[in-house]
Amino acid sequence: MPPTTCEVCKDARAAVIRPKNSQKICKRCFLEVFESEIHETIVSNNLFYRGERVAIGASGGKDSTVLASVLKTLNERHDYGLNLVLLSIDEGIKGYRDDSLETVKRNALQYEMPLEIVGYDQLYGWTMDQVVAQVGKKGNCTYCGVFRRQALDRGAAKLGIKHVVTGHNADDVAETVMMNLLRGDLPRLARATSIVTSSAASAIKRSKPLKYAYEKEIVLYAHHKKLDYFSTECIYSPEAFRGSARTLIKDLERIRPSSILDIVKSGEDMAALVPPEVGGSVSCAGEAEEEANSCGSRNTNGDSMDLVEKQLALNEAAAERETEIKVPTATAKPQVTGHPAAVSIHDKKSNGRRKGKIVKQVMGQCERCGYMSSQKVCKACSLLEGLNKSRPHTSIEVGVEDEEASTTLMREVAGIAISAG
Amino acid sequence: MSDTVTITVEFSGGLEMLFDHVTKHELTLSKHAADTDGKAPTVGYLVKYICDQLMKDSRKELFVLDGAVRPGILVLINDSDWELEGEHEYELQNRDNILFVSTLHGG
Repeated sequence: MPPTTCEVCKDARAAVIRPKNSQKICKRCFLEVFESEIHETIVSNNLFYRGERVAIGASGGKDSTVLASVLKTLNERHDYGLNLVLLSIDEGIKGYRDDSLETVKRNALQYEMPLEIVGYDQLYGWTMDQVVAQVGKKGNCTYCGVFRRQALDRGAAKLGIKHVVTGHNADDVAETVMMNLLRGDLPRLARATSIVTSSAASAIKRSKPLKYAYEKEIVLYAHHKKLDYFSTECIYSPEAFRGSARTLIKDLERIRPSSILDIVKSGEDMAALVPPEVGGSVSCAGEAEEEANSCGSRNTNGDSMDLVEKQLALNEAAAERETEIKVPTATAKPQVTGHPAAVSIHDKKSNGRRKGKIVKQVMGQCERCGYMSSQKVCKACSLLEGLNKSRPHTSIEVGVEDEEASTTLMREVAGIAISAG
Repeated sequence: MSDTVTITVEFSGGLEMLFDHVTKHELTLSKHAADTDGKAPTVGYLVKYICDQLMKDSRKELFVLDGAVRPGILVLINDSDWELEGEHEYELQNRDNILFVSTLHGG
C-alpha cells in the first residue's frame, strides 16, 4: 500500500487512524491532538481551579500513567497552576501490586510529582494476601472493592486534597452505560456518565479527564510517547479480562469505531432525562455505587465514596427524598408527580427486586471509623469484624458490589440486605 | 534474493504474558512455507504462525478470536496502524517490526 499522508499537517506519513472520525494522522499530530482534546475537556467542564491540589489515582497502568503524563504536560503548557500528586493504593498482593507500584515510583521521578502510597495493611490491618489466606480466592474481590472505595478517599484526606482524578476512559464509560442500560438502572447510569462525581455530602470530588479518550488512543499515546507503564492482571482474578459488556464494546468498535463515543453520548443524553434527585442523590446503595471493578483489570478508581459528617444535613435531606420516591406504595406517587419517570423506575425496582419492602434509609456515620454509612457500621468495618473474628462470611458481604463486575443477582441481594438493615 | 524474511515481533500491554513474558521475538520465516507460494509471507500468515508455532500458552482465544486478531489488540507495522498498511495482506519485509499491543489489560 502506498504511504498515506497525514490529514492534519499534510506532510508526515500517517501512522494512526483515529477511532472517533477515521482521520489518518501522523504520530506528532496525534500526540498533539490527543493532548489538546483533553485540554478542551478540562476547560469546558471547569474541572480545575488555579492553585488546586489534585491527586491522580495512579496504579502504574496505561490509563493512570497517560493521565499523569498528560496532566503534567497540560499543566505546564497552559499554566493551570495545579499542584499534582500521585496517589496509589497498595492492596498488599505480592507479585501483582508490588510490581506495578515500582512503575508508579518511577513515574513519580519521571513526572517530578510527590507520591503517596496508602496500604490496606495500614488502613485496615490486613493485606489482600492475608485476606485471601483467610477467605480463599472466591469472594475476595468483595473485600478488595470495599476497601479500595475508602482507601483513595482516605489517602486524599491524609494529604489534605479534595479532588481525585482517575484514569477512566471512554471505553470504561461506554461499558458502564451498557451495563446500566441492560440492568435498567437509570439513576446509576446518570451518575456513571458525569465527568465529575461530587456529592453535596462528600468532601472529596472525583473526576475523569480521560472520559472522552478512547482506550485505543490511550495505548497509542503511551506507546508513541514511550511512557513507562505496567500491564498485569490481578493474580486473584485470573483471566478476568473484562466481562461480556467489555467484549461487546470492543466488537462494536471493530465494526464501527465511533460507536464508543456514541454510547457515551447516548448515556449522557439519557442521564439528562433522569431527575436530579434520583440520579444525583446519595442513597444507601450509593455507598457501593459507581465503584468500577478493579479486580484484575481496572485500576484504582471508584466514584462515590464515603462522606463526611459536616455535610450530613444536606445528605439526609437528599436521602429522605429518595426514600419517599422508592416507597412502593401509592402514597409515593402524589409526592413525585413532577417526575413520573422516577416513579416508574423506582416502583419497578421496589416491586420487582425488593419484594415490596419499604426502604428506609438514614445516612449516618460508621460508629467505628467515622466514614459515611447508612448502617451503624460501614461495610469495610463489618468485613473487618468478620475477618478479625475469623468469620469471613458475614451477612454484609452480599451487600457489596463492584460497578463493573456485579451481577444482577448481587445487586438484588444488595437491595434486600440494605432494606433489611 | 533470500528465501527467508527476518522480522521482529513484539508483544506488549500484557500480551507478553502469553509468550512466557518475552516481549521481543526475532523470527525468520521461509518464503517456501505452506501457502506462501514463494512470495513474502503476509501479516495474516504471521498471525497464524504465531498461534501455531510461537505461542505455548493454550489460551489461543486471548490472541486470536474467530480467526482474527482479538478485538482490543492493536497491531502496529513499523509503528503504523496496520489498517494503514493493508492489515492481513501486508507483505512482510526484512527488518520489519510488528507490534501487538493489548488494550485489554489493566494496571
